[in-house]
Amino acid sequence: MKFAILVNEGPYTHQASDSAWHFTEAALRAGHDIVRVFFYHDGVNNGTRLSVPPQDDRNISERWSELGQQHELELILCVAAAQRRGLLDEDEAKRAGKDSNNIAPGFEISGLGQLIDAGIQADRTVVFGD
Amino acid sequence: MATKKFLYINRKAPHGSIYAHESLEVVLIGAAFEQDVTLAFIDDGVYQLMKDQDTSAIGSKNFAPTFRALGDYDVNQIYVERESLEMRGLDKDDLMPLTWEDEDDDWAEKDSIHIVSSAELAEIFEQQEVILNF
Amino acid sequence: MSVLHIINKSPFDRNSLDSCLRLALEGSAILLIEDGVYAVQKKSTAAARLQQALGKHLVYALQPDMQARGVTTDSMIDGIELVDYDGFVKLATEFDKSQSWL
Repeated sequence: MKFAILVNEGPYTHQASDSAWHFTEAALRAGHDIVRVFFYHDGVNNGTRLSVPPQDDRNISERWSELGQQHELELILCVAAAQRRGLLDEDEAKRAGKDSNNIAPGFEISGLGQLIDAGIQADRTVVFGD
Repeated sequence: MATKKFLYINRKAPHGSIYAHESLEVVLIGAAFEQDVTLAFIDDGVYQLMKDQDTSAIGSKNFAPTFRALGDYDVNQIYVERESLEMRGLDKDDLMPLTWEDEDDDWAEKDSIHIVSSAELAEIFEQQEVILNF
Repeated sequence: MSVLHIINKSPFDRNSLDSCLRLALEGSAILLIEDGVYAVQKKSTAAARLQQALGKHLVYALQPDMQARGVTTDSMIDGIELVDYDGFVKLATEFDKSQSWL
């Protein structure tokens, strides 16, 4: 089956991102396809390159980047939500005249249309949030 | 492009958090994909449709007027759960009058908001293919 | 054509369980995840609600979330099936769609 995953909350503050990651990982192990993992609302914060969690705790952003790389997943941060919350890739940063960019490898910034498109393409859409 | 039945469920009040605002943005952007869209307002979500919202004193963007544009985007299946309204002491008169123009009926202006019972709303859920919550 | 209702909050924190039970058709299933697993405890005042739900729905709880919270199987009301993340994925494929009560 093809799954679309929506993650509505950021790392650590809510369990949503963890639950979504475990679900996605299990789905991939079972041989399912992931059309896209779409990050919305504070979920865009999962895409930060600058998180430095304690050594003895999981690194949520890196865990997503790794899973994304292993399985060639599309990890999409909604552009509007990302801009609001200060998650910028190189192009966005330049365009907005900001002195830095902070997106983690494997994450891409794109429009809300990608969420709708994922819902259309997938057999199942599963939402994780607060 | 395939057409699927998309249901957007709103259970949160506006302004105290961004969910109401950002979920409306999904609906508007999603309208371009010409899917079969239904909105459901349940629990505190019904507060999103209240009339006379004015955010000037709290300094945040008032997105409530944007609901009026939904009719122009062919989003006119808006269901509000009666039980949720009643628990909150609200009725149809407290809500924004959202309408759409039916081109198959001589552009007659019709209500987009339908107040339905829990049982009716439960049946509507069953008909959907993609259910989004925020 | 059935729905997998996913509840992630304790019945004492949010009204998600109550709203779900009001709007879930017979034949749909309920999966408790994250803080939603607290609802399984038989000694809590929410137990009666979940017990009633078992009459109309299959009810599942995510075992890793129970384990994290120290919610033991002994403390659970009868009739709830435990699943792990693999089981969660299976449920998501078995039901036509999922509704996350956020």
